Amino acid sequence: MGGVTSFCSRLEGVREGEEALTSAVRAKAAPRTGVDWFLLLMRVVLFSVIIFGFFAFVWQQFDSNNPLARQINPDATGLKSDQVKGLFVTGLSQGAMYGLIALGYSMVYGVLGFINFAHGEVFMLGAFSGFITSTKLDQAGYWEGNAFIPSVLIAVLVALVVSTSAAVIMERVAYRPLRGSPRLIPLITSIGVSFFIQNTVIVLFDPGSKSYPRPPDWMTDQYSILSFDIEGTKIAVLIVAALSMAGLWWFVERTKTGKAMRAVAEDREIASLMGIDVNKTIVTTFAVGGAMAGIAGILWGLLFRSVTATTGFLPGIKAFTAAVVGGVGNLGGAMAGGVSLGSAEALAPLVLLEPLGINGASQLRDAVAFTLLILVLLVKPTGLFGEKLSADDRA
Amino acid sequence: MSDLISNDMTEDGSNELVDRGAFDLDWNRVGRMGALAALAMWFVSLSGMPVDLDSRAIIDPDLSLGYLALVVIPVIFGWLVGNEVVLEGMAATKRGPRDVVAGAAVGLLSGLATAILLVLINNFDIRDPLVNWSPDLLSLLTFGRSNAFGIFVWLLLSAVLGVAGASLRLLAPRIRRAIIVVLVSVLSMSIFQAVIDDLFGAIDPLIDLLYAKTGGLTRQGAIVIAVVSGGLSLTGRGRIKAARDDYAAKTGPERTRQTAIMLAITTVLLIVLPFFTGKIINELLANVGIFLLLALGLNIVVGLAGILDLGYVAFFAVGGYTTAVLTAARPGESWPDWLPHTPWIVALLITIVIAAMVGLFIGAPVIRMRGDYLAIVTLGFGEIIRILFLSDWLNGFFGGAQGIINIPAAEFGFIGEVSGVSPRSVFYLVLVFAAIAIYASWRLERSRLGRAWMAIREDESVAEAMGINTVNAKLMAFVVGAVLASFAGAIFSAKVGSIFPSSFLILISIIILVVVIVGGMGNILGVIVGAVVLIGILGGPRQPGLLTEFSEYKLLIYGALLIWMMLQRPEGLVPNVRRSRELHQEEFLQDAWLKGEVDHDDGTPGDGVDPDGGTEVAPA
Amino acid sequence: MSERILDINKLSVTFGGLHALRDLDFHVDEGEIVGVIGPNGAGKTTFFNMISGMVAPTSGEILFEGKSLLGLDPNQVTARGIARTFQNVRLFANMTIAENVMVAQHCRTKQGVWGSLFNTRAFRQEEREIREHAEKVLGFFGTRLIGYRLEQPASVLSYANRRRLEIARAMATKSRLLLLDEPVAGMNPMESAELTGLIGKLRSEWGFTIVMIEHDMNVVRDVSDRVVCLDHGETLAQGSFEEVSSNPDVIEAYLGRPLEKKTT
Repeated sequence: MGGVTSFCSRLEGVREGEEALTSAVRAKAAPRTGVDWFLLLMRVVLFSVIIFGFFAFVWQQFDSNNPLARQINPDATGLKSDQVKGLFVTGLSQGAMYGLIALGYSMVYGVLGFINFAHGEVFMLGAFSGFITSTKLDQAGYWEGNAFIPSVLIAVLVALVVSTSAAVIMERVAYRPLRGSPRLIPLITSIGVSFFIQNTVIVLFDPGSKSYPRPPDWMTDQYSILSFDIEGTKIAVLIVAALSMAGLWWFVERTKTGKAMRAVAEDREIASLMGIDVNKTIVTTFAVGGAMAGIAGILWGLLFRSVTATTGFLPGIKAFTAAVVGGVGNLGGAMAGGVSLGSAEALAPLVLLEPLGINGASQLRDAVAFTLLILVLLVKPTGLFGEKLSADDRA
Repeated sequence: MSDLISNDMTEDGSNELVDRGAFDLDWNRVGRMGALAALAMWFVSLSGMPVDLDSRAIIDPDLSLGYLALVVIPVIFGWLVGNEVVLEGMAATKRGPRDVVAGAAVGLLSGLATAILLVLINNFDIRDPLVNWSPDLLSLLTFGRSNAFGIFVWLLLSAVLGVAGASLRLLAPRIRRAIIVVLVSVLSMSIFQAVIDDLFGAIDPLIDLLYAKTGGLTRQGAIVIAVVSGGLSLTGRGRIKAARDDYAAKTGPERTRQTAIMLAITTVLLIVLPFFTGKIINELLANVGIFLLLALGLNIVVGLAGILDLGYVAFFAVGGYTTAVLTAARPGESWPDWLPHTPWIVALLITIVIAAMVGLFIGAPVIRMRGDYLAIVTLGFGEIIRILFLSDWLNGFFGGAQGIINIPAAEFGFIGEVSGVSPRSVFYLVLVFAAIAIYASWRLERSRLGRAWMAIREDESVAEAMGINTVNAKLMAFVVGAVLASFAGAIFSAKVGSIFPSSFLILISIIILVVVIVGGMGNILGVIVGAVVLIGILGGPRQPGLLTEFSEYKLLIYGALLIWMMLQRPEGLVPNVRRSRELHQEEFLQDAWLKGEVDHDDGTPGDGVDPDGGTEVAPA
Repeated sequence: MSERILDINKLSVTFGGLHALRDLDFHVDEGEIVGVIGPNGAGKTTFFNMISGMVAPTSGEILFEGKSLLGLDPNQVTARGIARTFQNVRLFANMTIAENVMVAQHCRTKQGVWGSLFNTRAFRQEEREIREHAEKVLGFFGTRLIGYRLEQPASVLSYANRRRLEIARAMATKSRLLLLDEPVAGMNPMESAELTGLIGKLRSEWGFTIVMIEHDMNVVRDVSDRVVCLDHGETLAQGSFEEVSSNPDVIEAYLGRPLEKKTT
């Protein structure tokens, strides 16, 4: 395996060169065409919304009779700092889940260079299998008291098995035959896979919304940590997400298989010449991504306690957004992107938009998430923390 | 195009044939196929399809759509197990009893799976998560009799069907084709019952002969159709092919004339058709037309320019909402009173302008992105637009979740008006716009802009180096697509009379994408076929198709279809020659190389073409 | 002295610490054929990418007909009058041969959506002209790209014919300056000799000025007025073929230093 390590480090140098190349290619002078001017205008407008919104928010903290907001919306009220903290914690825990899902997008994009649109469904399958396990356990009386923790572990185990095998089967059936075909073909296929899985769950388990059984009280109680009041489930979500992230980091950076994954991400062909079993590595990538999504699925179930066949769609797209925000192929970036996205979409509507006099701003949460995606791609297309892709995938 | 995909045995006899014993099989493969067939049986049974679709008869007492969904599985896998990749010049296995054995084995395995399922349902109850684990399914699987009877019948029937599927390969291609034609004709005559009822309702004896009172073909009807279609297939096949080749070979004015005649006949038929069909069918035709318009627009964006726009529904929504806001008496309370509500046709013109502007607005930021990022970002835009229409913030303009209601009919002076009350009028309106869209696609494909789009699809950076302003060309594709979608939106709002944000889910984008892909990307005829077949038979997201019973399963089928198309026929059912070459590039080149069709270097000795400059230049 | 068509001063580009080009000075006069040679990795293709606007230089200046090309997009550079071919032939493989050449006239034509929708007279006129020009350009290579071939996809062409079609596509842009990246690579001696003659004709009959990257020294010798040798992103030598080919630095760049020198 020493060969692979030195080979990877050798590639690092090449990669820096490539990055500089693309940045040099992308370096453009001042706007020249109409499109450039329009994009500049768009950036200016988006940044002014952020700046003015924040300004109006700060103003509201001091003077509840904020004329800026009153101009447009006479009912605008300032947000208390407690509320902000609450929103932040909610955003953080939701963002942690986005981050966990985003890891799968990021790894698959890094290795195969395509967006696995169906990854959101892998997450949904995790949440759904968690629902089935937890209701069964609840019926048997194991979803409370001392049995709760072992029961959750069983549910996690089931979700891991279901999500991992879903991801692996997906790769085998739908994506492996398409390696090397034009870029958009696997993407379109993955849309089909996503559609198929969603509707499979609908026809097999009926389309209604399913509720997780109620967790014991100590899970839903509020705990005060560093002047933040945090619900028990949210603490659990944050802890589990951090642990999974650490585990993944260890796996990718410290194990042989992880090194093989990185090598395949750099250059599939050369990696196979170095004696790495590319197929196996790709399967592992899908499996690990699926496992992360499965964990996220259970966490989702514990936090929101409701799951439907379409649960995977929006979190899936947002997790992709998180991956892009953090820089595709960059695992730390994916987590950071998830957390930023989660807190941004929780805070921005009420902190930035409400003070500007937009009523019902919290309905615009999803719109905020997608706007963030557009903003990041406009301002820094390689993500906040830099992409890690092979030269081919950047093209 | 079928010769591009060499998954079938070569039939030109160029391969050496090896005879192998009846049991000299690749048992691994048989086992795999049998397992897949078994899985498929379970999946279909537990999806609830057999029970739900049992009410729809295909041939009155004998076969319902529900049973058909099950019995087709052994046939398909029996056929598939005989699939063999045959390379040019390699020895192939001779067809024979071997295939029958394999088919029987696969069929038997699927039958076994059904029998096991039957026993399991009888003894365990896991109806809690699996809603279709029901007594209904059990009684369907046992044919309403005892369990032992059910087990026996499924084992026997599946084995027989597996053999039937496998033995299709043993038949001469002519006969095989005839059998497939017969099956497809019987099935489609049954599916199209509503249409045929409307068209020939006057000829009572014919309808009585063909169809049972309770729906589905009668036995004698099925036999008549089978005999007629089989006979036609055996005798007429060659003629159709000859006529097509003849048409393809023609050039110049004669071809133009023939095309014009065909177009004229189609037009007349389409104009006359709605007078004979009833309200339900006309409604269906109108829906097909609206989706066709959308698909034609997306075809320009995806098929020609190669931009995967998943937020395409946004333009449909913008078209619908703009028209609604402009024509409805009171769209939302914040809407200024001084704004006149305009007649539909004026609203349409404004809609076009606004859709084009939204096209530019969405297009500008995404146009420089990588193709796959673009797909997700446009999807994001699609959601943003729907969320904005839904939001309280813009409630005063667009009515939020309550939408806009009381949208008046589209008035066309003395010609009449178009509204949902009269689906026929909607159909005519759609027909006009579909004709415009088809004409526009056809013209653009053969123009400077169309060539630029294709070049961008092929290789964007080279296209730019060859002097094409890729940003402008791609924006133009966005705008043209947006305008076509806005037509559909404008007609939709006049037709339905009310619109809600929930009419414009991302789902619609994906269904339109399936239509374009199933028909054939970049191919106008393919898109038309795709829209008619998919929307007509299965139905749109909310709109029922001919198989109304399918409504619960159509999205599942769309998903499966999308995967299958991408894996097996990315060029679509009606392929565009160039597009399919692109998608099967390697196979194509390989085949051509094997057949010696690739152009050889002209300078090589033995090649007839003499390089004209070759002798003038003194070799160095 | 004829007019100076392309003038490059102190052009540099750096890829993350790697100097692909360093303070390069280069010029082309109207009607010249300049051969660019140099060992692999000398920065020749980067040099072309930079002229054609695909890579932005870190510093320096590119003047075409006296006006700077810096900051222009590749399509704007082509519109100014510089067209190029690619080292690894990059045709639009699924478009027909005629279309490949027709699409290259994009920046010289202007009919848009309206013209094509209403099939206006101007549109038909322009389409006819595009088609005629395409056939004329393809006819330059004899009979092998015209006739029945016009409607065949470019993917069926042989390697040599693909190279020819690429040159035709560059010619069709109606540029003044052609940048040919290894035009005869992969051709057999007869074909490359023929193409050498045609490159000469490109200047004498069509009036193109040509800059050509080429490894085949016979071709470079036969057709170039002036030869520039690049190595490690710098100009090693320039002048007539004889001067450059006898320059010891050039020989060293290609063949390496003699063994005894290396050991000392």
